[in-house]
Amino acid sequence: MTLKIKNPGLATSIQDLGRIGFFHLGIPLGGAMDRYALRAANMLVGNDEGAACLEAVFMGPEIEFTQTATVAVTGALLPIKVDGEYQEAWTSFVVKAGQTLSFDFLQSGARIYIAVSGGITTPEALGSRSTYPIGALGGVEGRAIQAGDELPTGGSQGLGAGRTVSEPLRRKPGTPASLRVLPGLYWHRLTDEAGAGFFEDEWKVAPEADRMGYRFKGGRPLEFVDREQPFGAGADPSNIVDGCYSYGSIQVPGGTEPIVLHRDAVSGGGYFTLGAVISADMDLIGQLQPHTSVKFEKVDMAQALEARKERKGMLARIREELG
Amino acid sequence: MKTRYTFGGDEHVYVEMDDEMSLDAFFKSLSMSNAVRDAKIEGVTEICPANASFQVRFDPDVIAPDDIMAKVKELEHKAESAEKRLTTRIIEIPVFYKDPWTHETLMRFRERHQDPNGTDLDYAAKINGYASVDDFIEAHHSQPWFVSMVGFVAGLPFLYQLVERDKQLQVPKYLSPRTDTPKLTVGYGGCFSCIYSVRGAGGYQMFGVTPMPIYDPEQKVAHLKDFMVFFKPGDIVKWKPIDRAEYDAIVAAVEDGTYVPRIAKVEFDLDEFNADMRGTNAKMLEALNDA
Repeated sequence: MTLKIKNPGLATSIQDLGRIGFFHLGIPLGGAMDRYALRAANMLVGNDEGAACLEAVFMGPEIEFTQTATVAVTGALLPIKVDGEYQEAWTSFVVKAGQTLSFDFLQSGARIYIAVSGGITTPEALGSRSTYPIGALGGVEGRAIQAGDELPTGGSQGLGAGRTVSEPLRRKPGTPASLRVLPGLYWHRLTDEAGAGFFEDEWKVAPEADRMGYRFKGGRPLEFVDREQPFGAGADPSNIVDGCYSYGSIQVPGGTEPIVLHRDAVSGGGYFTLGAVISADMDLIGQLQPHTSVKFEKVDMAQALEARKERKGMLARIREELG
Repeated sequence: MKTRYTFGGDEHVYVEMDDEMSLDAFFKSLSMSNAVRDAKIEGVTEICPANASFQVRFDPDVIAPDDIMAKVKELEHKAESAEKRLTTRIIEIPVFYKDPWTHETLMRFRERHQDPNGTDLDYAAKINGYASVDDFIEAHHSQPWFVSMVGFVAGLPFLYQLVERDKQLQVPKYLSPRTDTPKLTVGYGGCFSCIYSVRGAGGYQMFGVTPMPIYDPEQKVAHLKDFMVFFKPGDIVKWKPIDRAEYDAIVAAVEDGTYVPRIAKVEFDLDEFNADMRGTNAKMLEALNDA
C-alpha cells in the first residue's frame, strides 16, 4: 500500500522517535518534535508507538490512499477531512482505498502527526526513518515530502474507527505557554539581575522557529559577568570555547535573543548556554506558533523529574484508555 | 585547569575541563569521555567529546541524575593518569584557497562582515599581522592541525593548529551568521579551522574549498563506503594548497571512484609535542610524504 502525495503542505516530513548514538558526529537525534502526539497517534491506529508518521507544520498535506487503512491525527488543531467530510482529531477513522485525506486551515498549535496503520516504511538510515534534511538522511531521499511521492506503508488495516484520546490527555501548551527550565551549563556567565530578568520577562516566539531550534524575542537583553575572554573562545562575552550542546539548551548569542535547540539541534558551537528546557516540556515547543507569548519557569532537578513522571503517566493513561 | 560539572536539563551531564582551549584540556576531555564509554554505565545513551569539554546524555528513568553525576566524577582520576598519547592518522586535505565559490558567497554576505571592503582572507591576514594574503595562506597550511571535535552538523571537523600559542591564527566569526556556505568550505573562527561538511548556514570566515568529500549519507564515495563520516577526534590534518586544475582533477577522480586520500599512521605524544613542536610536526609530515 502506498500514500500518494498530491500536495505536500508546507514542510511535511517523515518522523519517528529518532536515531540515538550519532550526536558525537554532529548527527542529531531528530524525530517528532512533539513525541507525545506521535506516540498517541500510533496508539490510536494500533501501531508500535515509535512507528514512522508524517509531521506537518502549519499546513496539512493532501494524500490519496491506494488501500483502506486506519488513520489518526494528533497534535495541532487542523481540521481533518476525508473526501471533504470532517473527521475528529485525536480519534481514529478509516480512509478507504481511493479516498483523499486533506486539511483546512490551522486553528491552534503548530504541528500535526498523521499515523497510518502499518506505519510508513521508507528505508531506515542509521536506525531511524526520521528525516534530517541538513545531513540528507532518512525520509524520502533525506528531504521533506513532495507532490508525486508515493510513500510505502506496512499495509495493515489497523484497529478501525472510533478509538479516541479523552480531552484532558490531549496535551498542549497553555496561554501564555510556560516552558520549565533547569538553570545550569554556563548559567554562571549571567549576572544575578540578568538571570532573574530572563525568568521575569515575557518572550514571544520569533519567526525563526524550526526543527533545529526556536528563537524568542521581546525580553530584556542579558548582561554578562565581566571577564577576560578565555583563549579560543572568541571576543563576545556570550562566546565560549566551542562545546557540545544539550537538547533543549538555551543559547543567547550576543545576550539578545534566546534560542532553544530542538530535535534537529546542531551538536555544538561557541555560544554560552544558560540551562535547558526540561525533557517533559520539549513536546510543547513543537506546538508553538510564531508570536506566541512564552514564559520561562525556573525549576530544580526534583521538579524536572516530577514533570517527566507526570508526562509518562499521561501516556500510560492513554494506553489504558485505548486498551 | 579546573574541572567543572553541571547538568544540561534532566538528561545531560556536562563536564568542562577548562574554560580555555589547550591540547591538555582536549586530551583530558577525550580520555575522560573514553573512560565513561568503557565504564558501560547503564542508562547512558550518548557520549560527545568536544574541544575542552564533553557531554553525557542519559535516561533519568534508568539512572538518577545524581548517580550518573557521581559515576562520571569518579572517572576523573583515570583521565588524569591516562597517557597523553594517541595512535592516530595524518591526512592530507587538498585546499583550493581563494576559490570562486566561497568568493561569490562572501561577496553576497559582505554587510555581515567586519570589513566589507575586502575578502575574508584579506581581513584575516591583516588582523593577524601578515603582509600579504599569500603569507597568511602559508601560515595556515605549513604546519599540521589536530581534529579536536566533530560536530555542529553532520561530520564537520573542528581543527586546532599545532603551533605555539602565540603563533596560532585567530579570527572572529562573522558579525552575523550567513544563511549560506558552500559545501566543503574551509572556514575559520576563533582559534579553530573547520570544513563545512554540507552546504548551509555558518559564521566562520571562508578561506577556500576542498574537493575531498568528508560526509556522504549514501556512502557512494570510495573513501566513505565503510562509514558516512570521515573524521574523528584525534585525527591530524595537513592542508595542501592546490590550484584550479588540481581541484578539477580531484573532483573528477572522486566521481569515477579512483580518488584515494593520502593518509599515514602516526603516534602523537603530547609531552613530546610540547617539548619540540616543530620537530614532532616534521616527523609526522615525513610519515605523510612517505605514504
